[in-house]
Amino acid sequence: MAKLTMVKAITDALDEELARDEKVLIFGEDVGKNGGVFRATDGLQAKHGEDRVFDTPLAESGIIGLANGLAFTGWRPVPELQFMGFIFEAFDEIAGQMARESFRTGGKLKMPVTVRMPFGGGVHTPELHSDSLEGLAAQTPGLKVVIPSGPYDAKGLLKSAIRSDDPVVFLEHMKLYRSMREEVPEEEYTVPLDKAEVKREGTDVSIISYGYMLQESLKVAKKLEGEGINAEVLDLRTVAPLDEEAIINTVKKTGKVVLVQEAQRSGGVMNQVASLISQEAILSLDAPIKFVGAPDTPYPFSAAEDQWLPNAADIEKAVKDAVNF
Amino acid sequence: MTQLDFESLKHNPEYETLQVLNNDGEVVNKDLMPDLTDDQYVDLYKQMLWSRVLGDRSTKLNRQGRLGFFAPTAGEEASQMGTSAAMDKGDFLLTAYRDIPELIKHGLSMAKAFQWSIGHVQGNEYPDGLNAVPPQIIIGAQYAQTAGTALGLKKKGSKNVAWTYTGDGGTSQGDFYEGINFAGAFKAPALFVVQNNGYAISVPRHVQTAAPVLAQKAVAAGIPSVVVDGMDILAVYEVTRQAREWVAAGNGPLLLETICYRFGAHTLSGDDPKRYRDKSEEEEWFAKDPLIRMKKFLANKGLWDDDKEEAYKKEVEDEIDKAMAEVESQPEQKVSEFLENTFDETPAAIERQVKEYQAKEGN
Repeated sequence: MAKLTMVKAITDALDEELARDEKVLIFGEDVGKNGGVFRATDGLQAKHGEDRVFDTPLAESGIIGLANGLAFTGWRPVPELQFMGFIFEAFDEIAGQMARESFRTGGKLKMPVTVRMPFGGGVHTPELHSDSLEGLAAQTPGLKVVIPSGPYDAKGLLKSAIRSDDPVVFLEHMKLYRSMREEVPEEEYTVPLDKAEVKREGTDVSIISYGYMLQESLKVAKKLEGEGINAEVLDLRTVAPLDEEAIINTVKKTGKVVLVQEAQRSGGVMNQVASLISQEAILSLDAPIKFVGAPDTPYPFSAAEDQWLPNAADIEKAVKDAVNF
Repeated sequence: MTQLDFESLKHNPEYETLQVLNNDGEVVNKDLMPDLTDDQYVDLYKQMLWSRVLGDRSTKLNRQGRLGFFAPTAGEEASQMGTSAAMDKGDFLLTAYRDIPELIKHGLSMAKAFQWSIGHVQGNEYPDGLNAVPPQIIIGAQYAQTAGTALGLKKKGSKNVAWTYTGDGGTSQGDFYEGINFAGAFKAPALFVVQNNGYAISVPRHVQTAAPVLAQKAVAAGIPSVVVDGMDILAVYEVTRQAREWVAAGNGPLLLETICYRFGAHTLSGDDPKRYRDKSEEEEWFAKDPLIRMKKFLANKGLWDDDKEEAYKKEVEDEIDKAMAEVESQPEQKVSEFLENTFDETPAAIERQVKEYQAKEGN
């Protein structure tokens, strides 16, 4: 089995879905000849042709409007927005239009669109290239917001997203693109949407996370094993709507919870998780919920991002605080 | 008959407002006169009368509390029905909220149009084969989508055209430009209609832009554009027919501006045109009424009279009564169904809410 980076796993998923279904179209800024600024679509235009994989003019609302119109006429669009920080330009076409069509039409009009967007910090970008805005998408009824934490899941989740008749916002953490490799089977597999996964079994404390912070959480869990703390790590994978059962199960199992997200503390995904735990599993807790997130400022200047981003030390402290409460 | 040279209108168009009939119903431009049978001339007028009666009656029904949202259409009948008359059933239609008459002409049942007005989901459940999406509320969003719809038709090898409508205010939106620019870049079969009725609610046309002509915005996108007297259905029909033919032939998108006037309020939700329009301006436009000039044209040819007018109005009133009767027996809407319709594959977290609401609804 080949050990692949996440970006290669994503390219392979796109390649296979283009081959599998002639209705799949990939488009966006620089996705054609250039293969995308992160090379996620590298080689796909040459292999599948300019009719299937094509560059668009530089306008995010136009790109998602194009996707919506293509969906109206029976296509299965997989547009790319170059960075999630550019989503504000396209927010009506995503949240005001795409997300609402099925509801709006009594379930008649399906929108099988997967909007891919790189996001997340730690790679020294200019402003508005590193923001974790999944909370905005998560508050939009009708969208599934999917965030893989590594190559295996990225490929399987992306294939499920493309095949789904629901609109999916598919967020790819930039720091995960090439920082790790995983074994990715060559044979066909998918990873289901709407399902969290326990990535590491444990009994003392539950770390709940997603995306790049999931990998940091796993590192902390491994380290603390040597100190006699046995942490369970739950990967949300689909951050909206939440897999409530998986969350409640892990809380009931360990009685201690650390919620970890890279996004700012207010209004994001983990506040929804905390709310759910408070409503459904509070009597299983024997320590307050610990929360690791970024401070409530816009994403910082790149030379200051290390001071701003949540990191393994923050997670470790939160886990110890929970365990020693 | 003159064939308009749309290719030459791409780059340095000199705009004149194309007209066939003057206010007195006289043909002033034989070259652009559509080549129709007497029955077809009568039919164009009947479509406008149908829309006028529907608009008047919708206003009354709204006042009685039997209909909900309505954006008055009086004054825009030539623009709406003249363009609509050139539409093919296989064409895909993306309208704004004032374009209900075009949607009905394209195949939406009047009962569903009324359900949309009242706020019932069934109004948006379009039957298979109706190539349209529900009226757009966000001004301009439909322009960006139309580029995609047109590209989708082209990729399927279809010979049909994607049509969209907006108003003068809509041309100020970013999505307006993104839509015409994308369609131009992809040479997609889209027909963009700008119904310039002079006002975006209260804001007059000249406040929207320093551009002397709205249609000239198409020049920046490299697509042809043409301006037509939107109070003259013969001019609107003929120009639209030729435009559609040009687009359907694979030449790329085209923008059509119709100069018209909204006789009534923006919507029936509290807008009062007296706050922003002079009576003299309104009088000037009432004299250009698209129904009056076409009726004069038909009367001069001996094709229409008051008896026919009354008989046809009665027919339309009956059609409206029938549609209202259907609407008034519509089923109660259920939140549990809204939840089920929000996703194709309903996640467990939403399924829980479905059950909660089903219990409330006594299922």
